[in-house]
Amino acid sequence: MKWVVKGIRTGIKTTAYPREAERAAGVTPGLPDEGAFAAEATALVERCPTQALSQTNGTISVDYRRCIHCYRCVRGVAHPLNWQPTYEWGGAGAASPLQNALGQPFQRSIHVLVVDAGDCGACLNEVRQLNNPYYNMHRLGFFITPTPRHADVLLVVGPVTDHMRVALKKIYDAMPTPKRVVAVGACALSGGVFAESFVCAKGVSDLLPVDVEVPGNPPPPLAILHGLLVAVGRTPPVALNSVPSVPGR
Amino acid sequence: MDCTELKQLIEAAWPGRARCRFDAVGRMNEVNCERALLADLCRRLFHEWGFGFGGLIVEENAQQWQLRYVFYGARDAGWVHVLVAAPLADKIFPSIVTEAKIFAADWHEREAEDMFGVIFEGHPRLGDFVLHDDVWQEGVEPMRHGFDAAAAMRNRLPDTDWRPRRVVHEAGAFVMPIGPKFSGVTESVHFQLETVGEDVIRSWTRLFYKWRAVEKLAEGKAPDDALLVAERFAATTAFAHGLAFCLALESIGGVAVPARARALRVFLAELERLRQHAGAIQEICESTALVVANSQAGMLEEDLLRVSGELTGHRYLFGLLAPGGLLCDLPTEACRKALRDSKAVVAQLDELERRLTISSSFLDRLEEVGVIWLQTAKTYSLVGPVARASGLARDLRRAQPYSGYESFDFDVPTEEEGDGYARLRILFAEARQSLRIMEQAAAALEEGNVRATVNFRSGAALGWVEAPRGATFHWVRLDDGGRISRYRVVTPSFTNWHSFHLAAEKFAFQDFPIILSTFDLSVAENDR
Repeated sequence: MKWVVKGIRTGIKTTAYPREAERAAGVTPGLPDEGAFAAEATALVERCPTQALSQTNGTISVDYRRCIHCYRCVRGVAHPLNWQPTYEWGGAGAASPLQNALGQPFQRSIHVLVVDAGDCGACLNEVRQLNNPYYNMHRLGFFITPTPRHADVLLVVGPVTDHMRVALKKIYDAMPTPKRVVAVGACALSGGVFAESFVCAKGVSDLLPVDVEVPGNPPPPLAILHGLLVAVGRTPPVALNSVPSVPGR
Repeated sequence: MDCTELKQLIEAAWPGRARCRFDAVGRMNEVNCERALLADLCRRLFHEWGFGFGGLIVEENAQQWQLRYVFYGARDAGWVHVLVAAPLADKIFPSIVTEAKIFAADWHEREAEDMFGVIFEGHPRLGDFVLHDDVWQEGVEPMRHGFDAAAAMRNRLPDTDWRPRRVVHEAGAFVMPIGPKFSGVTESVHFQLETVGEDVIRSWTRLFYKWRAVEKLAEGKAPDDALLVAERFAATTAFAHGLAFCLALESIGGVAVPARARALRVFLAELERLRQHAGAIQEICESTALVVANSQAGMLEEDLLRVSGELTGHRYLFGLLAPGGLLCDLPTEACRKALRDSKAVVAQLDELERRLTISSSFLDRLEEVGVIWLQTAKTYSLVGPVARASGLARDLRRAQPYSGYESFDFDVPTEEEGDGYARLRILFAEARQSLRIMEQAAAALEEGNVRATVNFRSGAALGWVEAPRGATFHWVRLDDGGRISRYRVVTPSFTNWHSFHLAAEKFAFQDFPIILSTFDLSVAENDR
């Protein structure tokens, strides 16, 4: 009984997202923004360890799939790149341009199977946060399921290690159709710092068709939530390799 | 035992057969010994002189193998590195597991056999470990310098019929396989539980589904690039591992890190410990299905993630460390705000603890569950909250201080029972100590720069940190060009997973998630 009283006294802590933007501090690490840096562009691009940055005529563009949040384009440089504290990062995967989002019948009840294919623990921890009262994914009709037979969405974190290939493939094959694959985190999208080695693929798309991509290292819970909303078709995907520079985003 | 006396002690015990070099700055005795002497020397160090086993570091030099057994003791005892060398063609070494009864070295020897093809004579179970036999055939030695990854992948002979051994000891028992994918949001690991129905008799863990060959990946990289990997292979404790890596580099380069950077590092390391402990407490509440407590603890973890995010930009403290200090300075005022916010969270953790300790249904599920006795903790050289809950008061911040921890005032909480409840109490007590250290670190912030220049010259050194889950050791060797030629990581999860099956013995099925959560083990940290 004491616990019940404690729970009620705590009040509602849940974010208003996606109805309203979440403005609390520290909910997202942000991502670098594109822009013109005539003199510095080359130096910044060279500092990027994963080739997420590129430049044409001094204008920097960012491949968000590759960004591992090392902050080397911000910290320790004279003219840092601008970072935006955004979190709506769910983009369409290369394999499926999402003409076929799960759609109406799935809008209110989606069962998500989470598979760790070599994750460092951070992406998984951020997925776990979706169940705490701040994010409470249940209110949007998302449920975690332990079995592929009940799953509509396969959420994969990690770069896909060789030792997990067979398990991941079996899980995917065991899911009923229609099914969607959401790849979460830089490692699942590009292999991150682990790609591409003799024990590691460079992301989920090496093995499975990826429908939704959520960049970030790790993506914050709100970004993963956005990715799930994209998978169902409740919100449109964003572009992941050419986002317009501020303002207007 | 005092490190200055050890040299005489060893040279008197084995005259002419063990050469001892004492390094007063590092408080380290480096002992070169014959192979025949190895087991005897290790046995004395471990069983008679009370040293803990840190890890085994295998290095392949131009002409010879060099095996480095790292032991560490209480403050005065310092470090002992036992070195054994042999020509490359001669790959057989004595197993200190069987000959010296140092079970803590068991997984180290198995890993070395898998990675280098080095044989440990007398070890009862070499084979399928890091490299899974259903993916790689025996004889692949990926950590050898001449390893040709492309050829190895081309010539791979996966044994698709391979199945884990299903050993059943009791009459009428069967084996219940769990994983690698199991339950809700969990890391990939495989368990085999031998059961007769309701009760589980024994468990067996198969790890390394997530092996990313981090040690191989780092080879040939510039230290700055390898740091990215050190931070990212187990990101729930990213700062601790990044710090251990940086400390090793700074030790090679002989750099003094500026005072402000040292204090900030301590502040951030304790913030990470606080957050990780809150996360572990949340998982314990979740495993016992105490819904409100689970929600409360979950919010506190998220609060601390947000504190980290607001202070540093990144919720898991990426991109802050640099060899020689920090990549960027943090404003003192922002640190004070983070401290105030953390204080509020710890006050709520205290309240949560008070409530949990009077919830009898909750305590019933934790008490006398998953017991690790002090003797087991010693034999397996366990680390972190797991060891301290069993009465082994081992904490590198106190025993072998780094980054200025010697000037901080804090307690190392210990418990005696070694059960799930003792481990939970340790987590709460350590969270309070972390806050205490953060307060002192924030007060100690003096103005100044946060980064010294490190000259990456050739050499090797050990960096160590008391990570949230326990002691972590990072051995780094740089070649003449200043690039990594050997990187060896010993993580607390690797050390503690080794003993997990002893806690998961003779229990009821529904206790399994509880035992697992009170151990707070990371698979990513183990698998690397």
